[in-house]
Formats: sequence, structure tokens, C-alpha cells
Amino acid sequence: MHGIALWFRHLHETTGINLTIAYDPFDRARFLRGFLVTLELSAISILGSVLVGIVGAWLQGSRLRWTRRFVQGYIQLFRNTPPLVQMFFFYFGLSVLMPTVKNRFGMQQPLIGGFAWASISLIFFAGAFNVEIFRSGIEAIPSSTIEAAEALGYTRLQTYIHVVLPLATRVCLPALTNNLVNLIKTTTLAYAIAVPELLYVSNQIWSDSVNVPVMMVVLFIIYIALVGLLVAAMNAWERALRRPGLGT
Amino acid sequence: MTAGCNAGRALPVMLPLPEALRRPAAPPPIRLSLSHGIALAGFVMLTALAADAAGVAAPRAGVLAVLVRWSPLLLRGFGFNILISFMSMAIGTIVGAFLGLGLVSLRRAVRTIAWALTQFFRNAPWLVLLFFMIYMLPFQIQIGPVSLSLPDWVKAVIGLALPVMANVSEIVRGGVQSIHPGQWEAAESLGFTRTQQLWQIVLPQCVKRMIPPWMNLYAILTMATTLASIVGVNEIVTLASQVQAAEGGRTDLLAPLYGYVLLLFFIYSYPIARLTQRLERRYAVRI
Amino acid sequence: MSRGFDPPTGWTQDQPLVAIDDVHKAFGEVEVLKGIGFDVCKGEVACIIGPSGAGKSTLIRCVNALVPFQKGSIKVLGIEVNDPHLDKLRLRKHVGMVFQQYNLFPHRTALQNVMMAPILVLKRPRTEVEAEAYALLKKVRLEGKEKAYPGEMSGGQQQRVAIARSLAMHPDLMLFDEVTAALDPETVKEVLLAIRQLAEEGMTCILVTHEMSFAREVASHIYFTDRGVIVEHGPPAEFFSAPRDARTRAFLSQIL
Repeated sequence: MHGIALWFRHLHETTGINLTIAYDPFDRARFLRGFLVTLELSAISILGSVLVGIVGAWLQGSRLRWTRRFVQGYIQLFRNTPPLVQMFFFYFGLSVLMPTVKNRFGMQQPLIGGFAWASISLIFFAGAFNVEIFRSGIEAIPSSTIEAAEALGYTRLQTYIHVVLPLATRVCLPALTNNLVNLIKTTTLAYAIAVPELLYVSNQIWSDSVNVPVMMVVLFIIYIALVGLLVAAMNAWERALRRPGLGT
Repeated sequence: MTAGCNAGRALPVMLPLPEALRRPAAPPPIRLSLSHGIALAGFVMLTALAADAAGVAAPRAGVLAVLVRWSPLLLRGFGFNILISFMSMAIGTIVGAFLGLGLVSLRRAVRTIAWALTQFFRNAPWLVLLFFMIYMLPFQIQIGPVSLSLPDWVKAVIGLALPVMANVSEIVRGGVQSIHPGQWEAAESLGFTRTQQLWQIVLPQCVKRMIPPWMNLYAILTMATTLASIVGVNEIVTLASQVQAAEGGRTDLLAPLYGYVLLLFFIYSYPIARLTQRLERRYAVRI
Repeated sequence: MSRGFDPPTGWTQDQPLVAIDDVHKAFGEVEVLKGIGFDVCKGEVACIIGPSGAGKSTLIRCVNALVPFQKGSIKVLGIEVNDPHLDKLRLRKHVGMVFQQYNLFPHRTALQNVMMAPILVLKRPRTEVEAEAYALLKKVRLEGKEKAYPGEMSGGQQQRVAIARSLAMHPDLMLFDEVTAALDPETVKEVLLAIRQLAEEGMTCILVTHEMSFAREVASHIYFTDRGVIVEHGPPAEFFSAPRDARTRAFLSQIL
């Protein structure tokens, strides 16, 4: 470990490639923390938004007109407005109205912090797309299959969970993958509300060490790797779900 | 399959029974409260917020009055967002179209380079690309005797054009590949050159199909123009926070101000989304 | 220039127009053609029949250099088609091809479909090409359909436009790849009529077909292929009345 750090210090002195995160313990620590925050933010918003998608698509099949309208309104609102402004609206606009609590230093602290607001706004944003994606998957299911399930006495919820959702998921996986990739990329917006995620800590590091190009390359590599990982996982899932005679 | 068909046909007779069974088993009120709980939570938050904002603001200038007073400035800022979106879209489309044609080139080297560029700029976060351009482009470039200054907003236009380019490239590839290979074969056996096959036969057929995803991309880009505020361009989001500061930093103004910005984008973007959807339906039918 | 018969590379009338010799073709691991060879002379109509998956369509695509092959040789008018440096345009001026799925250009009318290649590829004057295109569409009995788009025509009509489109290039050889396989039974007849007319005018043709009675009528020679080789061949009268090979007999008994 020490040898590696020395080598990177040497690299800096001889070539000017200043990878402080490789030899400076302070930079390394905050960079790793930022990376973990990005991972956490991505994981939470992926799970949350998929859940929103599943529930929303179910509500869209509701027999109550106002439920359907409400879901439609939610989708259109979040699809047609900038995610950054959504995040600002939540973080600056709504957090003012939320109760605050005393922290252990006796200071007033908002109940919901930047990370939570970022998660909430990302879940709402990506969730709106996911509802549409699941719905298009559901529309692809022949109505005779659903009728068959209903004829067997399944309730609407049972039909949804055991027949509709498993079939729709297979249809909409490519679109879902696409949207989740976008979601991972969109987590960088949390930078704007000072959530110490990867971009935010990288910005701190390059401000201190004036090594913008190096950190940029690192950032690109990490995000493209994260996206690649997600795509690989989703493809593996798609393969696992494949059944003879279903789709291609 | 026959079972499914039979069940489908038998359904009208069968319906009353499962219907009757279902009702007591899962009473609608339970489902109602659940679904509407989530739905209402969001709605109440919005209305409560508006009422609250109005209540707090009573002794000072009304929230609505503030919004009206600053509207000219905010609208000008929004106009700047639209201008940025037009320019980034134009640049990204032109460069991206060539990149996309590179993806379907017969030369492996061209294909590989186009693929690498497309993948890179498609999968990198927009905000990181924006930072990249802001920091990496010089603030002035010298072309012969002329020195051109590059203000931040120009860099932002270029930074936003990069992911647009990569996405246009994918759209072009997808469009070209949606054409049945028999079309290429037929054109080839008639002696068309590769260029003629592409421009006379394939592209005229798939350009229409590329329009909906291209418009979709434009909507995404329009949303992304707000990112320019993070790198200090005076567009609407930057102006909104300046308005709040000018009004003495009243926190009750934040939600209405950002709500106003959301509304402007919605008004601009929703018709585009509807049109895109209509075109999608119209062009999707043909194979 | 396109009117006159311009035999390239010293080809003479007494040589076969198409010389196929020991062609091997594999897609990855799967060997589709395992040494096929035969000649087609000028004015002959060669019919290739056989069960599906026997490599018939692949063979006909090899003749037109649409797919390369690993071993063997195909010479059309003395031009080796598997030469990587082949001037494909030179070959395709002499070879017309009609596909199972018609592959008309859906964004162009019937007339434009016929006119495009002579204008764009052969650079002939538009007025001359247009007059000829009308004549060709009339020849395949599509008078009055000139302005129709492919989407507005029946399969049989589209296929006849495709034939006219190929003829507009004045080919010396026509390739037909199961051209009636995708058609409704009632429109098959009119397409076969157009092909028969061509054959009677002395056009050299290679046909892949499942229409046995048609093959019997128009073919000068029948080739029965199975699993990448020619199992049996001969003039139609002989081939159909006294098939020698067991596989041929089995195939014919299923079809007829």
C-alpha cells in the first residue's frame, strides 16, 4: 500500500499526473466516502423508483377515474420538468416547511437532510418514467391471459402480482435498464444541493489540488464502470427470466 | 393456448362469480385508502405549501406580487434556456448524425471509433460533461489573427451538445437498423453503391421513424439546460435564486419561485411530449 | 451502352453463362454448401429444388456476390464473383435478382422503383428510362399501376414490379429466389406467367422454387439439392418421371 502511494507521488513529481486520491490519505478517504454516497444514492433511488413504477402502473389500471388521472398527472408533471428544479423545489422549497429537530450539539437541524431530499426527488423523477415503462409492458400482455387468470378466480391484485407483473417485466426490461442508467447519471444532480457524493467530493479535491483533468478522467471511468455494471446485472437478469417461447 | 382462448370465451358467463368472490375478499375501501394515501400526500404537500406561503407572506409583499414583478426577468432567463437548447441541439444533431453513420459504416475502424465515442458520451453523466467543458475549454481561442472569447454559456452549449451528439448517433443507428435487410440486398443487387443505398433507399425510409426519439431527446436537453446554472450561467434557475436574494432571502419564496420555474418548463415541454407521442403511434405501426 | 450486349473478359457464347464449381459456404460452424457445381448456358432455365434449409437461397445469393463463400468458384460471364477486388457494379449490371419478400422500396411508386436504378446506377437520361419503365410495367401486366405505392398493391403485383425493376437494368441473367413463396395462391399465377414469358424470350434464369409443376414446364434442367449437395439432376421430363435417388423420390412424393 505504501509502495503504491510512493509510486503515485513519484508519478506526480515526474509527469504531473497528480492522482492525490492514490497517495494522500485525506483525499482518498473523502473520495471513497463520496463514492459510497453515490452508490447508496443510486441503490436507494433505483429500488424506490422501481417500486413507484410497479405501484403506479397498478394504480393506472384502477377502475377509479380519479386515481388514474392522479397517476397520469404525476407522470406528466415529473417527466416534463427539469429534475434539477424538482430537487431544488423539494430541498429548498419544501424543507422550509418540514419540522426541525435538535441535534446532539443543540443546534436546530432539518428532519430531512440533503441526502434524503435528493433520494426522494430522484425516486419521484425516475419513478414517473418507470410507471410509463411498466404500463407499456402491461399493455403488451394479451388480454386473454389476464382474462384466463380472472376466470380462475384471481383477484385483481393477485393477477397483477402473479401474472401481469412477471410477464410485463420481461417485456419492459430493456427500457427499464435504459431509465436506470439515466438515473445513475442523474444522481450527480445531488451535487447542487451539497450532498457529498462523487462529483461533489471530486470538485473539492480538484479545488484543493488543482488536478481537474486527472479527476475528470477518474470520474468518467467510475461512472462508465457503474453504468456498465448495472447494464451487465440487468442483462443477466433478463437472461435468467428468459423462458422458451416468450419474446425473443 | 386453447385453455386461454376457452377461458376468454367462457368469461362472460363466469364473470359474476369471481366478481362476487372478489368484493368481500378485498373491499375497495382498503385499496382506496392505500392508493389515495400516496396520491394525496403529494397533493396536500403542494396545497399546504401554497396556503402556508400565502399566510406567512401576508405582512410582506404577496408571493404572487413578487412573481409578477420579477416575471420579465425570469422569462428572459427562460428564453436563454431555450436558446441554449436550440444551439446544443443543432450542434449535437449535425455531429451526431455523422457519428451515427459511422456506426453503420462497412469499415471496421470507423465503426469502432464511432462506437467508442458514442458509448463514452452516452454513458457519462451530463453534469460531469458540462464541468469537463467548462474547465477544459480555454476562455479564449486564437484562430489566426482573430481571438474568440468563450464565455461560460458557450462552453455550456458545447458541453450539452456532447451527450446530444451521442444520443443522436444511437438514434440514427437504430433507425438504419430498423430497415429490413432485404432493402439493402435489393438495392445492392440493382448495382447501387453503398452511399446510394444509404441515401436513396435506407435513410428516406427511416428518417420519419427517427423523429419521435429525436424530439424526446430535445425535451431531455431542454430540462438539462438548467444544469448550466450550476456552472454559473445566468439562466432561469440562477435568476430564480437571485430574485430570492433580492427579496431579502425570504425562504417562503423558494417554493413558489421554483414552482414557477417548473411550470414554465411544463408549459413548454408538455405539448412537445404529446406531439412526440402522437408521432410515435403513427410511425410505430409500420414494420 | 447498356443496350448492347457487352461481354466482359473475353467470354464467348459457347461458354456457360454461369459456371458454378465446387462451392463451399459455411456460416460459422454450420456448413450450408458442401461442394456444389453446375453450369448454366445462355438461354437456359435452371431450377433448383429441394427441402428448406438445403442452401438453395444461399447459393443464389453467392451467384450475385451478396454473400462471400469460402471455397470454389462462380463465374458469371467469365467474371469471378468471389474475388474480393471484384467490381460488383460490373457484375450487377448483368445479373438481375428477385426476392421472396419482393423488397420493393416502399417510399417510391411502382414506376419510380423501376426507374431508380437505371438513372442512378447507369446514369441514363430520365425521359428514355421513363418510357421504358412504362413499357416494362405493361409487359408484366401492371398498366395503370405506375403511380401506386408498394403498400397499395397485392403481393403478386409487387412481385411483378420487382421483376420489371430488375429487367430495367437489362440483365443477361435473372435470379429468382422463391419468388412465389410469400404469395397468396391466386396471385402466384400472374407472377409465374411473367417469368414464363421471360423464359420463352430466351432469358437465362436460375430459379429456386417450390412450384413443381411450373418447374416441370419452364425448366431446361432441374437440380435437386439436399444438405448442401446436389443429389440428383436432369431434364425435367426425366427427373420427374424417373427419379433415381431415394431422397429425391421421398421429396417428390411429399410435394406432388
